[in-house]
Amino acid sequence: MALKMTDFRTDVFADWCPGCGDFGIMTALQMALPELNLQPHQVVMVSGIGCSGKEAHNVKVNGVHTLHGRTLPFATGIKVANPDLVVIAIGGDGDGLGIGAGHFVNTGRRNLPILYIIHNNGVYGLTKGQASPTLKLGLKTKAIPKPNINEAVNPIALALACGYTFVARSYAYDVKHLKEIIKQGVQHKGLAFIDCLQPCPTYNDINTKDWYAGEDRKDPATGKPQSRLYKLEETGFDPIVKDWSEEYKKKVAALDRAQEWGDRIPIGVFYKNELAPTFIDRIVNRIPFYRSNPPAKQKISDENGFSTADLKDFFDELRTS
Amino acid sequence: MKDINWMAGGPQGAGVDSAANIFGRACGYGGLYVYGKREYHSNIKGLHSYFHLRVSDHEVGANVNHVDLLAAFDAETVVRHISEVVPDGGIIVDKEQTGTKVLDIPTFPPEFKEELRKYMDQKGLGETLNDFLENAKKEGVHVFLVPYMELLNQTAAKLGVEKVSTLTRMINVLTLGISFGILKYDQSLVENAIKAIFSEKPKIADMNIIALRIAYDYQNQTFKEDFPHTLQKFETEEERIFLSGNQAVALGKVLGGCRVQTYYPITPAADESEYLEAHEILKTKSGDGSVLVVQTEDEIAAINSASGAALAGARASTSTSGPGFSLMVEGLSWAGNCEVPVVITYYQRGAPATGLPTRFGQADLRFAMHAGHGEFPRIVLASGDIQECFYDAAIAFNYAERYQLPVIHLIDKAMANSSQTYKIFDASKFKVQRGEIVTEVKPEDQPYRRFRFTESGISPRAFLGTKDVVQWYAGDEHNEIGHISEEPFNRDKMIEKRMKKLELVAKETPIEEKVNFYGDKESKNLVLSWGSPKGAILEALDMLKGEGFSLGFVQARMLHPLPSDYFANLFKTAEKIIDVENNYLGQLGGVVKEETGIDPNFYVLKYNGRPITTTEVYHALKNILSGQAPKRQVLTYGS
Repeated sequence: MALKMTDFRTDVFADWCPGCGDFGIMTALQMALPELNLQPHQVVMVSGIGCSGKEAHNVKVNGVHTLHGRTLPFATGIKVANPDLVVIAIGGDGDGLGIGAGHFVNTGRRNLPILYIIHNNGVYGLTKGQASPTLKLGLKTKAIPKPNINEAVNPIALALACGYTFVARSYAYDVKHLKEIIKQGVQHKGLAFIDCLQPCPTYNDINTKDWYAGEDRKDPATGKPQSRLYKLEETGFDPIVKDWSEEYKKKVAALDRAQEWGDRIPIGVFYKNELAPTFIDRIVNRIPFYRSNPPAKQKISDENGFSTADLKDFFDELRTS
Repeated sequence: MKDINWMAGGPQGAGVDSAANIFGRACGYGGLYVYGKREYHSNIKGLHSYFHLRVSDHEVGANVNHVDLLAAFDAETVVRHISEVVPDGGIIVDKEQTGTKVLDIPTFPPEFKEELRKYMDQKGLGETLNDFLENAKKEGVHVFLVPYMELLNQTAAKLGVEKVSTLTRMINVLTLGISFGILKYDQSLVENAIKAIFSEKPKIADMNIIALRIAYDYQNQTFKEDFPHTLQKFETEEERIFLSGNQAVALGKVLGGCRVQTYYPITPAADESEYLEAHEILKTKSGDGSVLVVQTEDEIAAINSASGAALAGARASTSTSGPGFSLMVEGLSWAGNCEVPVVITYYQRGAPATGLPTRFGQADLRFAMHAGHGEFPRIVLASGDIQECFYDAAIAFNYAERYQLPVIHLIDKAMANSSQTYKIFDASKFKVQRGEIVTEVKPEDQPYRRFRFTESGISPRAFLGTKDVVQWYAGDEHNEIGHISEEPFNRDKMIEKRMKKLELVAKETPIEEKVNFYGDKESKNLVLSWGSPKGAILEALDMLKGEGFSLGFVQARMLHPLPSDYFANLFKTAEKIIDVENNYLGQLGGVVKEETGIDPNFYVLKYNGRPITTTEVYHALKNILSGQAPKRQVLTYGS
């Protein structure tokens, strides 16, 4: 029987502030998973620390709510031990690009087929609104005593530089768009990254829902707000690398779009390359049976409880008599 | 046969290691037992390193303070080790380097030169290496001057190599040939050892054998004097292996069913992971097997990836040293809170900070026991020799899975980088115990509760991905389902549930897995130790027994939870409790005091970065038994 969105809900109270973007992301996940025909037990959501980390408790799939910044190492261990699992890592912008930045970079080098969604709201919400690594230089959100003294990191550009092979952005309040991007990310053959923009209604009083919607820049002719967000796919932007000869060009085009901010912010897929070998492919090159007999499924003891390991070859190498 | 202590020394990168390996293996082929200790600087090329091999007709597990034959690749080796050579021992040295002015040797640090100057003044030594050698000769030491360059030229000619400079790495084999010639050992065994070590590079093996023969011939023709130390060969039916602690741990992990190993490069742990990676495809009774080795970006990722793999159902471990373990601490706390069966192999080295990266220390016991914020159960195991490294590495996974907690397996550099001959290990001594595992949850038992409250504190564990099982883990305090809970009553029950598991560990683990007792059970004199001092203590015990001293020796193996009652009982009848450790504080002594209320009367400690030798501990214990020792003796031997 096909599962429905409601099958992916838990009875855990979602304790985010009213208007929090996390509601949108949670909903998009609950919608995407049944559409992908996944069963709850086949999926593992690995989350970090912060408001978004709690999302793992609100989606009815296996949830591993880890440490601040360490979602990707946990997700990596889970996926390599059992590559049959669908692994979705989620975390905040501080989690992934501040304390966990080293993992963000190095996970990119592996192209491990998991999806990573960064909840990007520019602030550390749960600790009451300090500047996160994605808050632009000079901005003063309401809880910080002085304007932000650091430059912002560009998550899309960074992901491209690190080797992520699916790089996308979406918006927490465009649940339909986000759901589609999540589906693509899960189905991607390789490491997928979604930079998910979201307002923090409590602490980010600059990049608000109204700001994204362009309420402050109404079209003088129609009087309608002009959204700051535009969809790459509606501009004919083609992010897919179909041949290695296109790789450079596509990456440069993606980087080019990644620079856009302010009054025109692209969402959608910036870059997609399924030609690159995944970490799983690379392991299979060394351990041919890895896919059919992955670490978590190997039999390690026989019927009498003895180890299945045969140490003879090791001993032969070390033997002196 | 009298034991032979052979030492090879030279600049790093000159092949000291492979010389020692060949030496050890060749001795093994002759039915001899070998214990070899490797000392090296934190450096790639040029600084001094040496390998001290002790060869015996019986099993040996420690070094002594003297050298019978020193094979010096360079002048520095002679200067550093000449005082260790016994009066009727020998030194093999390059003829062309005898004029070297010792104080001009560029790799000596100033503080060493200062000591050296004092030594030279005291002994009235001149400034060249020759003065050192002449002085040694006066004391009876045989000096074997060998023209290394000339022999290399001969080798080059034989091999048809024009540039002799490309062969300088073969000085090691030349000194091997000379050494074995002097020790009158069967040349064919040495050639077999070379073939075995270079089995994948037959050309290199052939080159080395040619060099070896040239050296043997030179020795035969040149040194006619009688050298009192010789090696004999013995026939043996026994199957033996010669391996390092790093290798023993890797083998133990394979036996234990390890399927994922994560690591970040660090001395002296990384060799284990590399060895595993080189052997990643395993032969198993059930067909294909593998151990996947993942080199992570740091130790934080290493511990957390290992935990992730463990949650998915693979036996998973990570290996590191002190600085790496420091980074793992938050992950350790998570594993404790989330009841993750993860194994951390902790190779202690000289600390704190970067400390003595390639040297030895045993100062991380307290750290291993207490690392991590909050209170959570863990098991800390400490192996005392290379063989224990093997079995403990396997059994660590059983503890981890049965009790669903992190297990820290403590070893140290002295075991990691030493090599020893053993009778082949018996894999059938080990059985896999995975604890309570859920493979299916009936509809009436849904929802599955990962942290179900049970009598024992152990909640049957399902792997991530188990059909029809959805489960949650949270580093936050959680309820039985795994969702966050800050309710006080739940908090109490959860903490109690987790901590209670330690009582179960204490109850269910047989005492033989927690301690080893050696020597005289009735003795009033009791030595207390853990880890690598074991070999030296055992030997000293034998020596002292021969002199009529009675001693018992308790080696703590499970340090947490510590079998306190066992210790309290032992201490009741003991008059002299002697704590022997390689640290400043006497950490085990302190722990035992906390748990039993009894303070050891004597401490024998060492913290100069070098392991305790048999000679040292023998004298220290003898001082105590003869009533001549202060409460605290600090050992300082080492080069």
